Amino acid sequence: MSATLRAPLGRRSFLKLATLAGGGLVLGYYVRPSGMAQVVKPDVEKTDGLFIPNAFLRIAADGSVTVYSPRPEVGQGIKTSLPMIIAEELGADWRRVEVVSAPLDAAFGPQFAGGSMSTPMSYTAMRQVGAAARTMLVEAAAQTWGVPANECVAGEGAVRHAPSGRSLKFGDLVAKASALPVPAEGSVVLKDPKDFTLLGKRIGGVDNPRVVTGQPLFGIDQKRPGMVHAVYEKSPVWGARPLSANLDHVKALPGVVDAFAIDRTVPEGQLTGLVPGVAIVATSTWAAFSARNELKVTWKEGRLPNSSWDDFARQARELARAPAGSPGVSEDRRDGDVDKAFAGAAHVLEAAYAYPFISHTNLEPQNCLVHVQGDRAEIWAPTQNPDGARKLAAQVLGFAPENVKVNITRIGGGFGRRLDSDPVAEAAAISQRLGVPVKLLWDRANDLQHDHYRPGGFHFLKGAVDPQGALSAWRSHHVSFGSNMGADEYPARFVPNFALLSSTLDNGVPQGPWRAPGSCTYAWVICSFLDELAHAAGRDPVKFNLALLGEGDMVPGTGPRGRPYNAARMRSVLREVAEKSGWGKTLPRGRGMGLGYFFSHQGYIAEVAEVTVTPAGELRVDRVVAAVDVGSQIVNLSGAENQVQGSVTDGLNAAWRQELDIKQGRVVQSNFHEYPMLRIADAPRSIEIHFVKSDYPPTGLGEPALPPLAPAVCNAIFAATGKRVRQLPISRTDLSWS
Amino acid sequence: MSTFTLQVNGRSHEVDAAPETPLLWVLRDNLDLVGTKFGCGIGQCAACTVHLDGTPARACLTPVSAVGSAKVTTIEGLSPDGQHPLQRAWCELDVAQCGYCQPGQLMSAAALLAHNPSPSDADIDEAMAGNLCRCATYFRIRAGIHRAAELLAAGRETRA
Repeated sequence: MSATLRAPLGRRSFLKLATLAGGGLVLGYYVRPSGMAQVVKPDVEKTDGLFIPNAFLRIAADGSVTVYSPRPEVGQGIKTSLPMIIAEELGADWRRVEVVSAPLDAAFGPQFAGGSMSTPMSYTAMRQVGAAARTMLVEAAAQTWGVPANECVAGEGAVRHAPSGRSLKFGDLVAKASALPVPAEGSVVLKDPKDFTLLGKRIGGVDNPRVVTGQPLFGIDQKRPGMVHAVYEKSPVWGARPLSANLDHVKALPGVVDAFAIDRTVPEGQLTGLVPGVAIVATSTWAAFSARNELKVTWKEGRLPNSSWDDFARQARELARAPAGSPGVSEDRRDGDVDKAFAGAAHVLEAAYAYPFISHTNLEPQNCLVHVQGDRAEIWAPTQNPDGARKLAAQVLGFAPENVKVNITRIGGGFGRRLDSDPVAEAAAISQRLGVPVKLLWDRANDLQHDHYRPGGFHFLKGAVDPQGALSAWRSHHVSFGSNMGADEYPARFVPNFALLSSTLDNGVPQGPWRAPGSCTYAWVICSFLDELAHAAGRDPVKFNLALLGEGDMVPGTGPRGRPYNAARMRSVLREVAEKSGWGKTLPRGRGMGLGYFFSHQGYIAEVAEVTVTPAGELRVDRVVAAVDVGSQIVNLSGAENQVQGSVTDGLNAAWRQELDIKQGRVVQSNFHEYPMLRIADAPRSIEIHFVKSDYPPTGLGEPALPPLAPAVCNAIFAATGKRVRQLPISRTDLSWS
Repeated sequence: MSTFTLQVNGRSHEVDAAPETPLLWVLRDNLDLVGTKFGCGIGQCAACTVHLDGTPARACLTPVSAVGSAKVTTIEGLSPDGQHPLQRAWCELDVAQCGYCQPGQLMSAAALLAHNPSPSDADIDEAMAGNLCRCATYFRIRAGIHRAAELLAAGRETRA
């Protein structure tokens, strides 16, 4: 599609018709991030016999409905849930809906999958898409029967006229609907949610039958005629450049087509994107992998070739000891008089919390298939960020972005890693040199050693409880690797005397978003220390935290970039989880319950974990209860429950044993034998989920159920054993008791 | 390069490959059977699990030269119509998230059910210990295996 075709054609029309030579109907539709729709002329090749009310929908004369799902499927269930929203408003028979992944195209609006943003950004727009088409089908039926449209109702793939009992299937209405004018902006009426018949039900993923039979859905499964296989070796020390390599030897190995160095950085100066390395291209994956075993490269090492985790920890401790106002320590928030409150407190606690760098470890290793031909490129990529992939590839290739076509495949795990497009950049550069389709594949060592890691961090905390048992002062110093806690991070605004300090370590470690960025670690630090303070004051943690949340409803954010916090919604999930978990029941020594709660990615979620710790210190998470407020409507109940179950288990996975060590400017671990992942025996056997509906727009569930899990488990460990976990992974703490 | 004759999913295939090539890459690159997945290459994740004469094996650690006349079954050959009780249970309970590990999970679970049609939780823990699920769908994998066992039992009663 050329740029001019994307320009809005009409301001007042919500949808606009354009008749093609074949007599079909074409409509385009651009959904702005705000959810507002603008009309565009779409790129539809052939429309005979089809009703195509917008880019998302095609209805054929046989009544079959095809829905284009706009956003990448990473396992969050969006390929099923967004089409469900369209089908609900359309009144389609879900069994006759075929879902197809849309290619990257402006007609589909924003197409990234990240930040749990797909549902909140697309919910209303998808309803409008379905409702506009339903309005036209209803009008077509009403005209056929000569009755008022408001006497007709669409549902189960047909329009019915209740007074006369007549009905017409969608397929029978296609021709007439195609000839109708489009509903004017504002005239399309959305369904009353109480009339929903599909949303809120448990619907299986549309790709399930293909997943369980091993069909070629994923990026790594893509093939093109004449394709070659590539690997790309980078220095384990970040920021290094190749000085020399035994390329002649490698090129003579069986199956090797080419081997060459790439020594430029795109974008310039960054640790992400295209970074220098050595490419090996071969006729098969195994030939490329085998040749790499013989590759020897001399590297010019990066800026910090001796960095180590131990040294980062030492620097953090020194910064924590520095008096306020020292160089390298900035004050990001100050409310009240923290020192005075400490002086007058009944209980004062200090604690240091630390967590390591961890990896995304997508089970599908990073890969990309690119075919560069002349001044054009086509990409097949498991990317969460197809538009970012296109722009980066265009930058690497020196092409205009519209000369780069992106096909979005199913993704074998995202977790934020595939918002970054470095494998796309590498494959594009290699294919440009060879001019044939190139499939680039990383191995597990590439993946662990060139991830864009979830940063580690250090938090030095001091808190006070006043004689009445209320949290009266909180001082936090966050020593980070670049992303500091925001000034509104909880419990800011809920504690009268509050100070937030931050420092950043010079590190040179590539970093990126990991499931629930920030929250995935902050929740553990904050809720663990709150639990310490509650116990120090001799108060029940649920009551202590409910009191901290106060009596207010919406607490405004601080400053123009502040984040509002709805304390009423949080209190409501806290009460729900306490009730449903049986909070307060007496358990024998070695068993305990713990609470975690956090506002993350627009969701308000509280979790209670129930654990057993044997006297020898072996941990088992017996049960997790979650209370979840993600707004007024669950889209797909099965998908929503799956996300909470997965987030709870993944939260345990990350907190229990995951840890990357950094030595000599590189990650030490290279594969799963050195980086233990959770196995089925350690997964919680019981996960109970309670959705608490509120009068707020529906929001996403890919991330927000993860952050409360780690503090819930660690607080339960304390309740069971009296041992406080202040360092992740949990496996670093001896939990034995007698 | 050498030529090997492999019995895969009930069909005979001739492939040219270096003898040490893992069966995984022969299946994926030579035979276009890409349901068998690459995750780690060292037998730690079991995404590449196939059956050799009915026994689960890690295709990433199995050289093609070691396969011999063994009957290879991949996820594509688990059932003729995608209706193995495990495949039905996986769809019914909506087990998958990203789905990448699920072929390996299903092949491990199928080997378990083949010799233990009514496994306990402990049996499942043991048989499935090698299979990683990065989306952590273990809760539903366990439920899916129990459900498939029910479907198997119901199927036997129907036939009896």
